[in-house]
Amino acid sequence: MPSTEDHWLDEEAGPVVRPYALTRGRTRPVGEYLDLIALVTAVRGVEVDRVSLDPEHLALLRMCRLPASVADLASDLDLPLGVIQVLLADLRARKLISVHHPTPPAQLPDAQILREVADGLRRL
Amino acid sequence: MAFAGSDPASGQPEVPVTIKLLVAGGFGAGKTTLVGAVSEIRPLRTEEPLSEPGTHVDILDGVERKTTTTVALDFGRITIRQNLVIYLFGTPGQERFWFMWDELARGALGAVVLADTRRLAGCFPSVDYFERRHLPFVVAVNCFDGARRYHPVDVRSALDLDPGVPVVLCDARQRVSARDVLIALVEHALQEIERHRAQSAWAAAQ
Repeated sequence: MPSTEDHWLDEEAGPVVRPYALTRGRTRPVGEYLDLIALVTAVRGVEVDRVSLDPEHLALLRMCRLPASVADLASDLDLPLGVIQVLLADLRARKLISVHHPTPPAQLPDAQILREVADGLRRL
Repeated sequence: MAFAGSDPASGQPEVPVTIKLLVAGGFGAGKTTLVGAVSEIRPLRTEEPLSEPGTHVDILDGVERKTTTTVALDFGRITIRQNLVIYLFGTPGQERFWFMWDELARGALGAVVLADTRRLAGCFPSVDYFERRHLPFVVAVNCFDGARRYHPVDVRSALDLDPGVPVVLCDARQRVSARDVLIALVEHALQEIERHRAQSAWAAAQ
C-alpha cells in the first residue's frame, strides 16, 4: 500500500527532483566531449569509493560492465542526456570508466564496414 | 548482446563500430513511425536551456521562471552483429529545438529527410540544414493513404535538390520499406565518402 504522502505524485506531476539537482547544478560535463554513441565500459579491478559517489554514478557503473552507449545509458536510466553526460564525465575523471569514441564516418579506415552495414540491413 | 569486451576466438579486443543515422522531416511526416518500424524504439530525453523563441511559449507567469525544457527524442538501435550497431535518432520537429541538431548531427553518417507531399515545406529546414553541413542525406517521400502520389522527379524539383541526392518513395509504417530507406542512405553515404577520397587522392597527386 503506498503511503499517503506520495499518492498525489504520479508521472503527470513531473520529476520531484529537478534533473540537474543530481549533478549539483552542473550542466556541462568536464573534459572531452562524450558523443551520444560513444561506448562506455566500467574499468575492472578498481576500488570504487562508494561513499563519495551518488547512487546514479553507481547505477551507471553497474550498467556498463559490458560496453554501453551514452544514449542507451540515458534511456535505460531514464535520465536526460545532459545529466548522463555530466555523471559519466565524473566517472571518467576518477578513471572508473573507459570511453571508446566513435570513428567519424569519413575517417573509417575501411569502407567495407559500411557495405557490411547495408548487407546487414538487407537481412532484417 | 550488442558489444563484447573482446573477441572470444582470438582473445584480441575487436574495435566496436557504432553508426549514427538521423531521421528528420517536418512535424507529422512520420519520423517516429519510421524509427519504430525498423528498430525497437525507446524513450530518450534531454533537458536543455530554453531558447528565446521558446520562452514565449513556456513562460509561466507567477511561477518560478522555467529555464530548461524537456525535449523527447525518438531513439532506436539496430544490431547488425556483435560490435556493429546502428543508432537512429529522430530529430525534434519544432524549430526551437534546433540547438539539439548540432549534437545529433555530430559524427553522423547521414540523414533521412522524410517528406510529406501534403506539407512539403515542412522538410525545407531539414534539407537546408544537411546541405549546409555537407551531411549526406536522402529524401524519403512518405506515401500516406489518400495523399496524391508524386513522382520523385517532381519532389526533387520542388525541393531544388542537388542531382546527387537520392529521392525514394516509402511507406514509413512498413518495416521493409523503412529498411530500404536506410539502405539507400548508407549506400549514398558510402558513395559520398568514396568520392571525397578519390578527389583527395587526385588532388594529392597533382
